[in-house]
Amino acid sequence: MGLHETRYRGLLGWFDSRMPSVMNAFRDHMSEYYAPKNFNFWYFFGSLALVVLVIQLVSGAFLAMHYKPDAGAAFWSVEFIMREVSGGWFIRYMHSTGASFFFIVVYLHIFRGMLYGSYRKPRELVWLVGACIFLALMAESFFGYLLPWGQMSFWGAQVIINLFDSIPLIGPDLSTWIRGDFVIGDATLNRFFAMHTMMIPTILMGLMGAHIFALHDVGSNNPDGIEIKDHLGPDGKPLDGIPFHPYYTVHDLYGIAVFLIAFFAVVFFAPEMGGVFLEGNNFIPADPFQTPLHIAPLWYFTPYYSILRATTEGFLGWIALAVAGYGVLTYLSVRGMGLRIAVAAATAVLLALLVGPTHLDAKLWGVALMGGSTTVLFGLPWLDRSPARSMRYRPLWHRGVLALFVAAFFALGVLGMMPPNPLRTVISQVCAGVYFGFFALMPWWSRMGSFLPVPDRVRFAAH
Amino acid sequence: MPSDATAPEVPDIDRERRAALLATCVVGGAGCAAAAVPYIASWGPSEREKAAGSPVDVDVSSLPAGKMQVAEWRGKPIWILRRTPEMLAALRLDTDRLADPDSKRTAYPTPEYALHDPSTRSIKPELLVVVGICTHLGCSPSGPFPAGENPQLGDEAGFVCPCHGSTFDLAGRVFKNKPAADNLPVPPYRYLSDSLIRIGEDTKA
Repeated sequence: MGLHETRYRGLLGWFDSRMPSVMNAFRDHMSEYYAPKNFNFWYFFGSLALVVLVIQLVSGAFLAMHYKPDAGAAFWSVEFIMREVSGGWFIRYMHSTGASFFFIVVYLHIFRGMLYGSYRKPRELVWLVGACIFLALMAESFFGYLLPWGQMSFWGAQVIINLFDSIPLIGPDLSTWIRGDFVIGDATLNRFFAMHTMMIPTILMGLMGAHIFALHDVGSNNPDGIEIKDHLGPDGKPLDGIPFHPYYTVHDLYGIAVFLIAFFAVVFFAPEMGGVFLEGNNFIPADPFQTPLHIAPLWYFTPYYSILRATTEGFLGWIALAVAGYGVLTYLSVRGMGLRIAVAAATAVLLALLVGPTHLDAKLWGVALMGGSTTVLFGLPWLDRSPARSMRYRPLWHRGVLALFVAAFFALGVLGMMPPNPLRTVISQVCAGVYFGFFALMPWWSRMGSFLPVPDRVRFAAH
Repeated sequence: MPSDATAPEVPDIDRERRAALLATCVVGGAGCAAAAVPYIASWGPSEREKAAGSPVDVDVSSLPAGKMQVAEWRGKPIWILRRTPEMLAALRLDTDRLADPDSKRTAYPTPEYALHDPSTRSIKPELLVVVGICTHLGCSPSGPFPAGENPQLGDEAGFVCPCHGSTFDLAGRVFKNKPAADNLPVPPYRYLSDSLIRIGEDTKA
């Protein structure tokens, strides 16, 4: 007959005997994917990120049906959507609120990983793909923010594209290539629309698939940071695991319901969130001759933006001091002459580029540090040397270090929304030090202190 | 995959076919790389945009002392500020607070004809002509502010970039320890008559 032998009856059986891969995938990833039974609050944000992605794809597609990617028409087509398209305001506010909620959800999702060591072996690839998703999400947001063609759209894009200008040799040509013109104009808007609606969403969806595949191959981590696959029952299933479907699908539905209450509260009652989700200056059409008196990127970029802004010529000396200290510490910690020479050489090169007679500009260092502040996440699986994955079994002061990092991240975020002044610059510089110190010194601090014994099985009280 | 004892043996590799396969892949790969060129090139400025950089003429006869007018050249704001004698005098006193008082850096070279007096950076001492785009990340600074009016400038007169707080004096020179390292660029320009400035073209052209 050539039909696949099916375990289902009726219509599903007819379907499964002809195309078994659908139900195979359902079993592999849902009904027979065993997830630890002790997931807590922090484990909602993975599925919530998927929900927000769907909201963004649907609302975005409908916005694209009315939006015009033309420098002369873009701003007014957005106003047209807001005022004249039936339900247009609702679709647009869902999309703009969705952008901010995407970052809220993703930041909490990343924090969960840091809390329970979800990036540790064997989940490095899950984490690396996740870090790529984070970068793609930032690109998606950046391209999308130009589209309303308001003052913040224009000047935000101007600043970010000019970051490339500071790259030696190829910088100016590269930024002209990105803009498609010598200034931001129609060509830039048109290509950003294509990137925002076609290229990056495609990449984002591929990465999301890879993230889930990588996760399901190794299995989920849990708040105790224990491998549930180490304790299998007689049926070969993890003793501390439960099938994702129906247990976690139902559990996540509850989370989604609560999330949507918060989401639509913002959509209906505070879509601008006091100028944080939608900035006031972006309700003024783009004017290439007039930078608004105060410009700030959207809130989710401000921590990195603060780091960029804090890197002044006078700060390079302090960075050099930190690099020198770090070089000495690393030199004393690594074994083997070859490694030590490499560390000494790298430190010397960095010092020459920071404070040498022909050192690089503070501007280029600012760009490098801003890039480093987002890409440093990639290194986390190898920087963390703690014997226990989860914070639950690490010394209590490790949570203090993580809290200090989070506080510095928040402070940088708030400072990035405010106009600069000398005091705020100094605070930003201190916070930037904490931010990078957290990662750079992790190989040392993460194994210090007394660790609690990690239990064999997950801690779980049925409720 | 269940092992099957009756599966046919893998035949020896046919070297001729393998060579043909490799050659096809190499040629196909080169074709793909060549096809990428027009795609990458399509992101560059179009011919229309390249042609749009022609010079503009600006009449400054009605510009009063102490005031600034803005012209557009290549989509960028060009500032023309008529400085008062007091402003010019102040430009000689702020040298030690500037990052590059003599405009010696080469990232945005200042034309020689604007450097007869490094404190004015202009052909005619009173008329400053600069591109009003911050050399840090491309915002357009605000100003000119008189001395003591803007907290970021303190006691200096000048311009303030709203994005990252770089400050410039009334010759477009950047103050020390600010995100921008370069002075505001001086565009190519020349005087067609006493009060008519052509921006985008200088006497060498």
